Amino acid sequence: MSVTLDIKLKRANKVYHEGETVAGVITLSCKEAMQHHGISLSMEGIVNLQLSSKSVGVFEAFYNSVKPIQLISHNIEVAKAGKIPGGKTEIPFEFPLNAKGNKVLYETYHGVFVNIQYSLRCDLKRSLLAKDLSRNCEFIVHCQPQKAKVVPAPVNFTITPDTLQNIRERSLLPKFLIRGHLDATSCVISQPLTGEVVVEKSEVPIKSIELQLVRVETCGCAEGYARDATEIQNIQIAEGDVCHGLPIPIYMVFPRLFTCPTLETTNFKVEFEINIVIILHDDHLITENFPLKLCRV
Amino acid sequence: MHYDFMNYVFFCLLCKKNRRSRWRKYEAELQRCHPEALPVEFGDYHPLKPIMVTDTKTRRGTRKGSTSSSSSSSSSAPADPLSSMLDGTDPLSMFAAASTSETSALSHGGSGGDLGRKKRVKEEEPIGADFEPWSTKRGEILARFTTTEKLSINLFMGSDRGKAPNPGTSAVSEKVRTRLEELDDLEEGSQRELLNLSQQDYANRIEELNQSLKEAWSSDQKVKALKIVIQCSKLLSDTSVIQFYPSKFVLITDILDTFGRLVYDRIWTMCSDPRTLPDSFTAEDVNDTAKETCLNWFFKIASIRELLPRLYVEAAILKCSRFLSKSGIQETLPRLTAMIRGIGDPLVAAYARAYLCRVGMEVAPQLKESLNANFFDLLATFRQVSGDSVQRQLHLQRVEAPEYLTLYSPAINWILQCIAYRAPEQLLTEMMERCKMMVNNALLLNSIMRAFRPEFVATRATDFIGMIKDCDESGFPKHLLYGSLGRSLACADPPESERLTILNEAWKVITKVRNPQDYMNCAEIWVEFTCRHFTKREVNTVLADIIKHMTPDRAFEDAYPQLQSVIRKILTYFHDFSVLFSMERFLPFLDMFQKDSVRVEVCKSIMEVFIKHQLEVTRDPVILNAMLHICKTMHDSVNALTLEDEKRSLALLIIGFIRMVSFGRDFEQQLSFCVEARATFCNLEPVLVQLIHTVNQLAMETRRVVKGNHSRKTAAFVRACAAYCFITIPSLSSIFSRLHLYLLSGQVALANQCLSQADAFLKAAVSILPEVPRSISVEGKLRSSETFLLDFINNFLATLLVVPDHPEHGVLYLVRGLLNMVQDYTWEDNSDAKVRVYISALPLLAAMSQETYLYSIPKVDSNETLYGGDPKFLSEINKLCETLIGQILDHLKTLTRDEQSVRRQSALAFSLFGVLLAHGDLRNNKLSQLSVNLWNLSHKHGHCETRVSVRTLESIKHQAQQPDMAHLADAIQRLALQSRT
Repeated sequence: MSVTLDIKLKRANKVYHEGETVAGVITLSCKEAMQHHGISLSMEGIVNLQLSSKSVGVFEAFYNSVKPIQLISHNIEVAKAGKIPGGKTEIPFEFPLNAKGNKVLYETYHGVFVNIQYSLRCDLKRSLLAKDLSRNCEFIVHCQPQKAKVVPAPVNFTITPDTLQNIRERSLLPKFLIRGHLDATSCVISQPLTGEVVVEKSEVPIKSIELQLVRVETCGCAEGYARDATEIQNIQIAEGDVCHGLPIPIYMVFPRLFTCPTLETTNFKVEFEINIVIILHDDHLITENFPLKLCRV
Repeated sequence: MHYDFMNYVFFCLLCKKNRRSRWRKYEAELQRCHPEALPVEFGDYHPLKPIMVTDTKTRRGTRKGSTSSSSSSSSSAPADPLSSMLDGTDPLSMFAAASTSETSALSHGGSGGDLGRKKRVKEEEPIGADFEPWSTKRGEILARFTTTEKLSINLFMGSDRGKAPNPGTSAVSEKVRTRLEELDDLEEGSQRELLNLSQQDYANRIEELNQSLKEAWSSDQKVKALKIVIQCSKLLSDTSVIQFYPSKFVLITDILDTFGRLVYDRIWTMCSDPRTLPDSFTAEDVNDTAKETCLNWFFKIASIRELLPRLYVEAAILKCSRFLSKSGIQETLPRLTAMIRGIGDPLVAAYARAYLCRVGMEVAPQLKESLNANFFDLLATFRQVSGDSVQRQLHLQRVEAPEYLTLYSPAINWILQCIAYRAPEQLLTEMMERCKMMVNNALLLNSIMRAFRPEFVATRATDFIGMIKDCDESGFPKHLLYGSLGRSLACADPPESERLTILNEAWKVITKVRNPQDYMNCAEIWVEFTCRHFTKREVNTVLADIIKHMTPDRAFEDAYPQLQSVIRKILTYFHDFSVLFSMERFLPFLDMFQKDSVRVEVCKSIMEVFIKHQLEVTRDPVILNAMLHICKTMHDSVNALTLEDEKRSLALLIIGFIRMVSFGRDFEQQLSFCVEARATFCNLEPVLVQLIHTVNQLAMETRRVVKGNHSRKTAAFVRACAAYCFITIPSLSSIFSRLHLYLLSGQVALANQCLSQADAFLKAAVSILPEVPRSISVEGKLRSSETFLLDFINNFLATLLVVPDHPEHGVLYLVRGLLNMVQDYTWEDNSDAKVRVYISALPLLAAMSQETYLYSIPKVDSNETLYGGDPKFLSEINKLCETLIGQILDHLKTLTRDEQSVRRQSALAFSLFGVLLAHGDLRNNKLSQLSVNLWNLSHKHGHCETRVSVRTLESIKHQAQQPDMAHLADAIQRLALQSRT
């Protein structure tokens, strides 16, 4: 006697905003009628913070601050103990999406040390002999569009051996001149990051030019904190010895879930940076870093 | 019953005596036969005339808006009922005219209907049939860019599940587990590198990947499918074994196309859940789920790390942008175009551009800008070709620059073809100007000539020649440039005044090409231009040049296809064979085909053209010599292994030639030609048969010319003709051919008053009769020869009437001889054939006993004159008749055993009755009694068709009304119709 339990949201993209109603159906399908001890549905929004292993030792004092922050929590009983007829049963449900107390609903974000996740969970209790069933369904919360207008401000850059920091022997470097610009560093999250890079000249052929999207997650508070930068994705925009003088487009789509509008709270921060990485044929690695400010309009 | 029969036989024997055939007055009978015959007026009226359309014209676009065709008939009589019913429009042309408008209507309208078909229509709409699709290039590229070097495929499927030992398999032995893991690896393993693949292996591997892509897709492993596609497109960044790169591109983009189609179709089916999407759907018609799936694909692809796979895979599913937004494709194409700038290797970039153009043309052909942008970017990065990285690579792979440059041509040709398609003239001019500005522009120039409309190139041919001259010799071989130019000029005409200069300029370069293969490739193209615009003199020069180049070291052996194509082209333009063969170099050119099969092939193609285009008979010695030579070549190729069909087709071609040969009134020459031809074509029987017919015709022609009065000279000539036939016929193997030809030649000889020759022919025919096999093969099936033989004998008998008896042999020597042969021939068991021959010999004998024969040959005295109705002659005939009838009756007597033979008996008796009725003198009581008995016999068992009997009776009644036929009336009284109970 197999039963399948599923939660289906009305919206195909599962994206909701604060104040909206999360609506959907619970579908139960079984071959024959089935006895159960009650069906419940809960909605939960949680921020999970985690300290990176290298920082754990140092910041043990703040251990307490690492416990999850609950943003939203609702629970309803969908059905009392009883019987479900055989076949497919659909039970519609609705939840208002409102924050708990005076909390703010942050946007869904899947990171390494910070995770903001919203989910629906349906539980079906059964008699002692049969296992309880449960089903999880994540939905996505987008925060309300920001009021302030984002004015794109292009950022120009020039990379030469002289502009580099953090090198041992400047004279050993091959000569090169790379210019370019980003159309903006405060970006709309739904729009791609764009810009251009031009290899004006380079003594050593270029092996690859890459865009590295980095998340910078900070956990803790004013007294002490852990700040970790990790790579989200790395996109190659040039491969091989590209034609000199020809602008190569910079283009990156911000991945969903893994990015969110730049976030700063008392307990944690989520920021993003972009690195333009130029690898020369002799494996010299040149990186130019730009902090980004992401927002949603 | 038994008594009856015996009685009847007894009677028959009695009446044998004194029987004679009826006297016939053929003239009067003929008159009687059509008493109400009126002179046929070939006047105006003809039942078929009004609907005979003598002139049909299809006018298109004469009326505005609609196309229609009208048929006009030369007779002003009532209009064609068919066309009048359809209001003057022939239904077929109406459909044809409608189909063009229908296709567009279909693609715009579109509700319901078959999805696949509509899609096809949709695709065809913006790109016309005149756009040469990628599929045609595909094979060409695969065939052209090959390698013998070893290839490798490096696939990194990225294992996304941990290799943690599964507790469930702990019981399994270590060995088995590694094996299982190996299997897993194939599915979704880590890195897998296949080395040392031959080109074929490589193609097979790629095809396997294509299959596993489809499998993964159908088993809902979308991620795996995507991985396969990514890995495949990654292979395109690998330029080791660079000669193979274009082919690799073809193979791998096949996979990408498959993937693009799968994704598109899946999303399409997702949106057509309640009802199918119209073809002209917009993003609003697409439901959210489908949109979300589509968006997911694009997000997934946008996060592919490497540039090349990201580019290719996004291009592959570009069509899906339509589900998301109207302007999606329009925005994506330029972005992808710009993205290609990031590809460092110019060859890889060029092919990526070609792919993008290919997708662009398919998905959004109206977006020309990104095509142009692609080309301009290509020009901008073109200097990289001579850059250090490329040169280093070439050095490493030991590839010469010219060879490397040709690797670009498929890609550039394709891009230019897309751009040039229905492009305005000025754009093309602009492109040309841009190329002129490039330093090493040979490659581009070549592509321009290949891709742009031939008319465009042709009108600027002189310009192009100038540009070719200015090109850098080292980079791209010039003969290829001239080849491309020639290809354009073969389809479009340059201005008349420039043609000779163009040819001279081009040939100046072509003739300097050293490598025979390169030379031939180029020369082959230019032959067409030469044939198209110039006379035999120029073509001859070209041929001479080709011979000069291809003869050393037997270079022609490697160039048969091209040489054949040269011949084909010449034959398309030169249909006058006297001109063709008066080219001095034509036959020497043919001599270069030294491989037998090719040689015969070429000869056949020449013969086919000859038969098709030589409309008048010829005696031109140049043509005859050349054609004889060609035919001899074909004939000599026949050997024991030649297939029957092949022989037949060769024979047909040679016969076609023989029929076109005529020396007019010079008959002797014609005969000697036939003698020569017989010697030359002795292995092909159909040709010999044709020769015999030709010679017979010649004899008859002679007779016509001298109006039947042969002089000594002409008599000798016709005898020579007869002799020719007489000695040729025995060499045929088909017995029936021999029989018929003997008979025919005998008739011809007789007509020409060659009595002894005729006698010899007929005697020969009779003497080979016993050789006729019981069954012969007709169209591959074994059939009884009986009907054929009966036909022949009847025909033969009819001829025998006019053949005068040989003075040295007895009376009716030939008839007796024939009948003896018939008697001795081993007929099939249970066959009445022999008796049938006897029955049909009776009318002959009856005809022979007449005072004036039914027909005779002018100037030949038949037996009527020879014997002048001598009673001895007549009694000989009578004796013969008696013997025959006796034989027939004996045979009839044996046919009583079963139902089957009774039926045969009835039929035979009835036909003998018919013969007696028609030819016997029924005033003779006994004969009359015999015929009554036969009638009764035939009706005895009710196997006679009543209708035939009734009509026979009617006919007899009719005859009985004639003056001296009153005796028939008595006979009728005794002929009882079978009662139908």
